[in-house]
Amino acid sequence: MSLLVTGLGVVAPTGVGVEAHWESLLRGEHAIGPIEGFDPSVYGISLAGQVRGFDPDEHVAPQLKVQTDRWTWMSLAAATLAAEDADYTAPEDVYATSVFLASGSGGNEFSQHEIQGLWARGPKAVGAYQSIAWFYAASTGQVSIRDGYKGPSGVVVSEGAGGLDSIGWARRVARRGTPAVLVGGTEAGMCPYALLCQATSGRLSTATRPEEAYLPFDRRANGHVVGEGGAILLVEEPGAARARGARRVWGEVAGYGATHDAHHHEDPAPDAAQYARAIRLALADAGVSPDEVDLVVADGAGTPELDALELAAIGAVFGGRRTPVPVTAPSSWTGRLMAGGSALNVATALLAMRDGIVPGTAHLQEPVGAPGVDLVQATRVQELRTVVVLARGAGGFNSSLVLRRDPAGATA
Amino acid sequence: MSAERRRVVVTGIGVVAPGSMGREGFWEMITAGRTATRRISFFDPARFRSQVAAEVDFDGRKLGLTAQEVHRNDRFVQMALVAADEAVADSGLRFGVGGTGSDAVDAPDPDRVGVTLGTAVGATMRLEQEYVSVSDAGKHWLVDPRYASRFLAHALVPSCGATELAVRFGAHGPATVVSTGCTSGIDSVGYGSQLVEDGDADVVIAGASDAPISPISMACFDTIRATTDSNDDPEHASKPFDARRNGFVMGEGAAVLVLEELEHARRRGAEVYCEVTGYASRCNAFHMTGLKPDGTEMAEAIDQALDQGRIDPAEVGYVNAHGSGTKQNDRHETAAVHKSLGSAADRVAMSSIKSMVGHSLGAIGSIEIAATALAVQRGVLPPTANYEVPDPECDLDYVPKVAREQKVDVALSVGSGFGGFQSAIVLASPTRRTE
Repeated sequence: MSLLVTGLGVVAPTGVGVEAHWESLLRGEHAIGPIEGFDPSVYGISLAGQVRGFDPDEHVAPQLKVQTDRWTWMSLAAATLAAEDADYTAPEDVYATSVFLASGSGGNEFSQHEIQGLWARGPKAVGAYQSIAWFYAASTGQVSIRDGYKGPSGVVVSEGAGGLDSIGWARRVARRGTPAVLVGGTEAGMCPYALLCQATSGRLSTATRPEEAYLPFDRRANGHVVGEGGAILLVEEPGAARARGARRVWGEVAGYGATHDAHHHEDPAPDAAQYARAIRLALADAGVSPDEVDLVVADGAGTPELDALELAAIGAVFGGRRTPVPVTAPSSWTGRLMAGGSALNVATALLAMRDGIVPGTAHLQEPVGAPGVDLVQATRVQELRTVVVLARGAGGFNSSLVLRRDPAGATA
Repeated sequence: MSAERRRVVVTGIGVVAPGSMGREGFWEMITAGRTATRRISFFDPARFRSQVAAEVDFDGRKLGLTAQEVHRNDRFVQMALVAADEAVADSGLRFGVGGTGSDAVDAPDPDRVGVTLGTAVGATMRLEQEYVSVSDAGKHWLVDPRYASRFLAHALVPSCGATELAVRFGAHGPATVVSTGCTSGIDSVGYGSQLVEDGDADVVIAGASDAPISPISMACFDTIRATTDSNDDPEHASKPFDARRNGFVMGEGAAVLVLEELEHARRRGAEVYCEVTGYASRCNAFHMTGLKPDGTEMAEAIDQALDQGRIDPAEVGYVNAHGSGTKQNDRHETAAVHKSLGSAADRVAMSSIKSMVGHSLGAIGSIEIAATALAVQRGVLPPTANYEVPDPECDLDYVPKVAREQKVDVALSVGSGFGGFQSAIVLASPTRRTE
C-alpha cells in the first residue's frame, strides 16, 4: 500500500511551520535551551527543546483553547498547517478523511492544574474540561470535530515510535477505503510533574550547556534532552490525491515495518536483532534494497548503549553495501519529542529529499566507531531519492519507514 | 486486497471483571444477572457526587504476578497481564518453547505474534497516587522528586502495557497501545484483527484494560454529571435503557483475547469461539461528549463492519450494546441499531452488561467482546440487569434481567466514546451456515 505525503504541518522547537523548521535546521541553530517557566534544577536537568515561538491564540479559537491542553493546541495548529500545505479541504464525503495520531503522555499541564485543585481544594475544584483535555485521544477527537472529519480515526501509543506507527496504521485505514489520513502527532510534557516522570527513566542528560547535552553517536553521549511539539502530515491514496489535483507531493510512504524487542520492560535487547528486522521488513515492504537507500534518519537516543545498538542494527542491514550508508539524527537539534519526534523526523526527511540537503547531527565532533556507517556531522549536499526513518519507543518498540522522493509509477 | 482474505478467529479469552474471578466467574455472574456495583471502597467518596463503582477485588500477587511486576506496574497493566495469562492458557498456544518437539504445533513463530492493548486512561491511578506524594497533596506545583518512585516514566506513557505483554509472551511482532477513549477496547481487537488480515501477524494478543476508580477520574465525571448519583442503592445504580437511568457507573477491569489466523488455528486443532468477520469505526465530528440522537455515525460503523463480512443485517441475532446508562447514549445507540438493522431491529436481542460490571472506560469494549464471544459459543445471551421501566425512545428488546437461551450465528458489539469515536465489531459462530 503506497501513500503520498501531500501536506506537512510542523510545530517544533525549531519553529512553527515547515519552512521555519527547515531553515533553523539548515542554519544549525540550537533549539535546545534553558527551561523557561520554572526552575527544573531539582529534577537534575536544566535544558529542553521548548516551542518558544508558538502563540496558541494564533491557531486555536478561544473557546477551544480553554478546554484543551498545550499538546492539543499544537496538534490543532499542526493539523491546520498540514491541510493548508496540501490545499486540502474536507471533501463532500465526510467519511473520506481520518485522523490517526500518535500520543505519548496526554494533556500533562492541564491535568496537573486540575489534580492540584482536587487535592488542595476538593472535587468541586475540578473543572468541566478535565475529562476531555487530558486523555490520550483528546487531540485526535478535537481535530476531527473542528475539521469535520468522520473517517475511521485512531490513537496509537508506542512512546517514541508512535509517529511512525501512526503512519503504519494509516496505511491499514487507507487499504480499507479511506483515501486521506492525518497522521503524526505532538507532545507537550514540560510541566513539573511530566518532567519529573520523564526524569525517572534515568536517560535524561544532566548537562547544562546545550552543546554538551544531547549528543547522539558522539563519544560524549550522556543522555537526551526532552522537547515538545511534533508534526502532523496529510497522507493520501495516490488515486485520490491525483483526482483532487493535489498541488504537491512531498514523497511516497513506500514501506513500513514494526517489531518489539520483547526482552525487558526497560532495557533494550542486547543484540538489536529485532530492530534490524524492523528495518528489513520496511525495505522488503517497499521493494527497496539496502544499496538503494541514500540516507537513514536515525532515532538517535543519545545514550551510549542505545546508540551502539542502533548502529549495530543499521550495520546489520546496510553493512554489505559498497559505500557506507549516511546516517543523521536531526532530533539532536530539538530534543526528543516522544511521539512527536518521529513524526517530525518524517517531515525533516521529506524536506531533505526536496532540497537534496542532509542536515547534520548537532555537535557530533567525536563520532563513535561505526563500521559501514557514514555518520553525518556537517550539513551536506546530496541527492536523496530513498530515505529510511527509524524510531524506537521506550520498552522495546522498533519502527521503520521507507520514503521515496519520486513515487513509483508517478511518470507512468 | 488479495482474493483470499486471511480470516481471524478467537481461540482464547481471559477476563478480569468486577464481582467475579476469571472468564468463567465472569460468565456465571453476568448470565445470573448479578450486579457488581457497590459503594466505592478504594477511597472515601463522601465528597463526590457519584459514590458508586464496580470494583474488582484484585490482588495481583494471588493471581500469579511477581512482587516486582506489582511494584513497577499500575493496576491497569497488572489486570491486563492476568487476563492475558488466562487467555493464552485457554488458547493452548505455547509461547517461548521453541519450534521443536511435541509442542511445536502449538508454538507460534514469535516474530509473527503481535500485541494490541487498549486503554482509555492508562496508569492514571498510579500517576495520581504518586502525584499526591510528590506534591504533598496538592501543596506544591514544583513537585518534589525525593518522593517519586523510579517507575514514573513507565506510568507516564501507557505503551508500557503493550511492552509488558510483549515481554511476557516473547511477542516480537508489531505491538501497540490503542487509546481511543471508551472505544479503545473494541478498536484494539479491531486493530489486532487487521494485523492478522494484513499478514503482519498470525497471532495477536488483543484486549484492553483500565483502572479508573480514583479521585481524579471520579471528580472529572462528577463535574459533567456523566456518572450516576444513585448513591443510596448501589446495586441498582446502573440502569441502561431504563427510563430512570441517570448516568453510568464507573468500573474497572480487563479482557484479553487471543486472535489467530484461521488456518493457523485449524492446523493445530484449536477450539474456536468465533470468527471476527468485520470491524469498523467512525467519528461523529460533533462534540467531545455530546451525541446527536440520530446515531448516524455509529450506524455507519455498523454497516461497514457487517459489509466486510458480507453479512446481511437480518442475520444479526444479538447486539452487545454500549448501553452506558446515560440519557443520551442509550437513545443514540438505539437509533443507530434501528438505522443499521432496519426491520430486523424489531427481532434483535440487545443487552448491556454495564448494568452489572459498570463502565470501565477503554477496557469495557474488550470485556464486552469477551461476553459476546461467549454468548455466540454458548447460545446464552446475558441480560440487562435493573431494566424495569421502558423508555419510549429506547424501544428494542433489551433482554431484561434474565439471561436468555438463544442460538446466535452473528453478533455485534458496539461502543461510543468521548472524542466522538463510534466503533462496531462483528463476531460469527464457526458453525454459522453460509450459502
